[in-house]
Amino acid sequence: MDHKLPPYATLGQRIWFYAFRVICGLIFFFLIAPILTIIPLSFNAESFFTFTPGMLALDPEAYSLRHYVDFFTNPDWQQALRNSVMIAPVATILSVSLGTLAAIGLSQSHVPFKGAIMAILISPMIVPLIISAAGMYFFYSRIGLQGTYWGVVLAHAALGIPFVIITVTATLVGFDRSLTRAAASLGANPVTTFFRIQMPLILPGVISGGLFAFITSFDEVVVVIFVGSAAQQTLPWQMFTGLREQISPTILAVATILVVISIGLLTVVELLRRRSERLRGMSPG
Amino acid sequence: MKLRTILLATTGSLMAAPMAFGDAHGNMANSMTLVSWGGAYQASQIAAYSNPYQEMHPDVEMIWDESSPEAVARLRAMEEAGNITWDLVDVEAADAIRLCDEGLAMEIDANEVLAPAPDGTEAEDDFGEMLVNDCFIPQIVFSTVAAYRTDQVPAGVEPPSGACDLFDLETYPGQRALNRNPIANMEWALLCDGVAYEDVYDALETEEGIAQAFAMLDTIKDQTIWWSSAAEAVQLLADGEVFMATSYNGRWFSAIAEQNQPIGMAWDWQMLDLDGWIIPEGLPEDRLARVLDFVYFATDTQRLADQAAYISYGPARASSAPLVGTHAELGIEMAPHMPTDPANGENTFVNNYLWWADYRDDLDARFQAWLAQ
Amino acid sequence: MTDASAGNASQNAATARREDAARTGPMLAADGRPLKASLNRALRRQKMRALLLIAPLLIFILVTFVAPIIDMLFRSVENQIVSETLPRTVVALDDWDAQDLPSEDVYAALAYDFNEAAERRRHTRLGSRLNYETTGLSSTFRRSGRGIEDVGETYAEQFIDLDEAWEEPETWTALMAHPDWLSAQAEWAAEAEAAGRDFDEPEPAFRLAPGIADVLPETADAYRSFARTIQQEDEDSPTEEEPWNTVYLALYRDLAAQPASAVAAYFGPIAAELAAADAAVDGFETVSLREVFGEMDDAWAEMPMWETIDAFSDPYTAGYFLAAIDLQLTPDGIEAQPEDQRIYILLFQRTIFMSLVITISCVLLGYPIAYLLSNLPARTSNLLLILVLLPFWTSLLVRTSAWKVLLQQEGVINDILVWVGFIADDARLQLINNQTGTIIAMTHILLPFMILPLFSVMKTIPPYYVRAAKSLGATNWTAFWRVYFPQSIPGIGAGCILVFILSIGYYITPELVGGRTGTFISNRIAFHISESLNWGLAAALGSILLALVLVLYWIYDRMVGIDNVKLG
Repeated sequence: MDHKLPPYATLGQRIWFYAFRVICGLIFFFLIAPILTIIPLSFNAESFFTFTPGMLALDPEAYSLRHYVDFFTNPDWQQALRNSVMIAPVATILSVSLGTLAAIGLSQSHVPFKGAIMAILISPMIVPLIISAAGMYFFYSRIGLQGTYWGVVLAHAALGIPFVIITVTATLVGFDRSLTRAAASLGANPVTTFFRIQMPLILPGVISGGLFAFITSFDEVVVVIFVGSAAQQTLPWQMFTGLREQISPTILAVATILVVISIGLLTVVELLRRRSERLRGMSPG
Repeated sequence: MKLRTILLATTGSLMAAPMAFGDAHGNMANSMTLVSWGGAYQASQIAAYSNPYQEMHPDVEMIWDESSPEAVARLRAMEEAGNITWDLVDVEAADAIRLCDEGLAMEIDANEVLAPAPDGTEAEDDFGEMLVNDCFIPQIVFSTVAAYRTDQVPAGVEPPSGACDLFDLETYPGQRALNRNPIANMEWALLCDGVAYEDVYDALETEEGIAQAFAMLDTIKDQTIWWSSAAEAVQLLADGEVFMATSYNGRWFSAIAEQNQPIGMAWDWQMLDLDGWIIPEGLPEDRLARVLDFVYFATDTQRLADQAAYISYGPARASSAPLVGTHAELGIEMAPHMPTDPANGENTFVNNYLWWADYRDDLDARFQAWLAQ
Repeated sequence: MTDASAGNASQNAATARREDAARTGPMLAADGRPLKASLNRALRRQKMRALLLIAPLLIFILVTFVAPIIDMLFRSVENQIVSETLPRTVVALDDWDAQDLPSEDVYAALAYDFNEAAERRRHTRLGSRLNYETTGLSSTFRRSGRGIEDVGETYAEQFIDLDEAWEEPETWTALMAHPDWLSAQAEWAAEAEAAGRDFDEPEPAFRLAPGIADVLPETADAYRSFARTIQQEDEDSPTEEEPWNTVYLALYRDLAAQPASAVAAYFGPIAAELAAADAAVDGFETVSLREVFGEMDDAWAEMPMWETIDAFSDPYTAGYFLAAIDLQLTPDGIEAQPEDQRIYILLFQRTIFMSLVITISCVLLGYPIAYLLSNLPARTSNLLLILVLLPFWTSLLVRTSAWKVLLQQEGVINDILVWVGFIADDARLQLINNQTGTIIAMTHILLPFMILPLFSVMKTIPPYYVRAAKSLGATNWTAFWRVYFPQSIPGIGAGCILVFILSIGYYITPELVGGRTGTFISNRIAFHISESLNWGLAAALGSILLALVLVLYWIYDRMVGIDNVKLG
């Protein structure tokens, strides 16, 4: 089926054409509606999770920012936010720096055991989180990292690494090796070559890998519950506790804020992807 | 002989304890991690114990961890690692016995570590039977009790009066929310199936008794949501997800009195239990000094009575009972909301925590298998 | 694939060069070295450089991620607790025939072991451990821990009646302790006295007198166990404590078992008292240890207890893995668990079944979307793609909370259904806290993982095949089913494996919306870690789940290539 209905289509084809669009519309609705529903609910003036009659009548009285105020004034949520902000960037820096180096190494033409190494490096993404969390809980307990800030940072860094590897290797796939050779033959040393030639080209991949790693840590809840202790209670952990115990609408306010952050990050990644493709001349944005 | 050595050791080290408070004042850690149950209960502890303590010691940082449900697991992992990160842990009496038996909780001498009553009665006499073993520092008497939605009681029917109405799906149709562990559920199943109060625990030691309890629970299994944290039960009832639920009486009190939820309590066969602190074994000296200083303050007669102004749990000290007054904000008299008030429920049963300490592992395994099937 | 063939090609080239070189002599590089060696060296250096770049990360992942997982795998077979807590009993059980209750010797070994374990407060843990295998043992161990100090009391009383010296700690240290230790201990006590309460130097560890273990083997062993334990646990000195009753039990057993000559040949300290005791033991009132233990708890006088200890006395066990698949280790070999304890196969089945349902739902919902996206002009499809990527980028907890709000009985969906009139207000649908809730929420959460690979495959299917089929007379359906669909199968495969892998390991969403019936094996693993404390079983269940995922991962790698994963 094409995106336009040919003028000679039969009635059946017409019906199917529109029915298909409606089905797709419904699926898109399924994808996006749950996320959008919670945004208006987070402005609910009451502590309920349903649309009050006032909200449906668009009565401004029925809307309020009280749940946002609660988020920004409640010490528990603020502590959780602080913890998240202290953990995620450090974990990201760790995974990006180590991951980028390794991705460059992996993109060389003769790497022994490449397949096996790749499989190990990607495994944190594939191994079920509960298994990673259980393993880390026992092992980090043994070496005294359980319940510490660095324990959580290291665990999150490990979880973020596959994303960095994948995005950076993807940008390196289209990388023209003759550029580094040209630089080398013109007398640049490897370090100069890296920073002047390679880095600018793979930077979009590095940044989007970094964003993925950041969001992984910022959103992660299973591992932090096991590896962390109260002093490392992050935003998702606080949300998880809240969801299991008292779903105060403050959670919806936090959720809305996180959605806005996600939209922002998504935009950045998309722009970077286009820039990277343009730079490598793969496809017009 | 064992007892003697323990007594010698504890008195020996504790004769020195008051001195330790004095001269080690400079050596006290300035941060402590307290572990509790979250929700309204933890809020009452913060209001009654830690806020006033922090006013006296503004430089002490208090971190609250809501991990009490997993306390035994966490303490075991910490001991294995040799890295105890908690300073004071709030647990039920049965868990305190388990932790004490495993050497994960520190043994203390109540008279040395805890403040005497204002009239000079020694702590051991003031707490009396609540001191279930050498590690446990009692705080409150609470009860696990059933509650229901007042607005969903079927027309023409008396509202539920007790735990046995949980099993009466004919009169009171609708979903239930019960604790996801055997404690209280097994006893209720037997009591409501006609087993006499004094025979319940004997019956639970036999295969037939356990089978009978499971058969009774089977009648409501498909209608039940199993909660793992007490606040969840309150939430489920407040949201109207279930018609009846069990939780701790203080949680119901705060939902009814403070949040005006349409919830009523069905007190009959409420299960009384104890809750209190334990100090993990093996704390470094400076942190131990801080914890002992805090515990001495937080479990004195006034503080325990103060807590009752925030939540309807009975203070564990005899001397605190007369001091229980009105709710801190609502101004209502608290005594009638205490689980120990004789008006609350015709029948009350006391959790046999000593029995549960022995049989918890056995029954847990069977209960969880039953639940999963 | 390409790597391998490239490798082959270069090998072939190398062979060709070698043959060449054999004919014409080695070709030389500019520096005069043979070119081949020079090239090899460059290649080696390149390899080294690549490995050096990878090494930091590889080491990082190995330490922070792989090591914990391997450590967990070990935990699923570790079982040292039995042989460490009951060392003598385990040895004594070695030649037990498992036909009848063990001999008095085994019960004596148990008495020594259990006494030490109870003093060190290790017995309840062993009880919990054995309770995983035979329900009911935990309470036996706890109860016995309270009764153990009376075992051997009969003998203690009789020895003391015979000669009050046996009550004195000095008698025992004179008999048992090494003179060097005695003087070191005295020195320590003096220092402690002088330094006051700040003194925290440890006591010198107890040592046995030379030769005493030959004269009184069991007593020496039991006394050393006593002395070391009170030193370590209570910081007491053996010079000031009367031994445990089990030490008297050991003394009785030694004296009763040995010919009188063994004691007669002993001339060390306390020889006179010992000789007197040796002469008197034949007249002692005796008790059966089996009965003593049986009185403490019936389980000690029954076979299952001993069968369990015997079956789990090895430091490594397959018991946890067997339990993870509803089997158990018995003296008669491997048997099925009793019916009411069989849950793990059921849970694995449920996990796999629900993951399949979720995967199929994802295909059904994802295929039309991917198809639409790949057939729209780039501008429109990029716009619509955002609708797919936004959920992908949104926090998992945000999406789960959204579903919790939507699916509740008093939630948005039920409200709408009631409002529209599909259902009555008192017959609201149960959409959460059961399998329905888990399936709906997880389908939503994992749908982007299906759409993205499908889309990337469909983008590459050239439109003219379908057009050609239609121009040859195929109906729309035939053209799609016979021409388009087969070409999209790789995308379906990739998407399905990805979704399936992710879903069988899910924990958070089932925990929050799954209730009792909608939870996965992961939730069970978490339960065993933090609530039941059966860490070995958690590790075994985790290992099985991991193996399952790794097999799928391997298939995925074969099919799609792990480096072809695209993110957004």
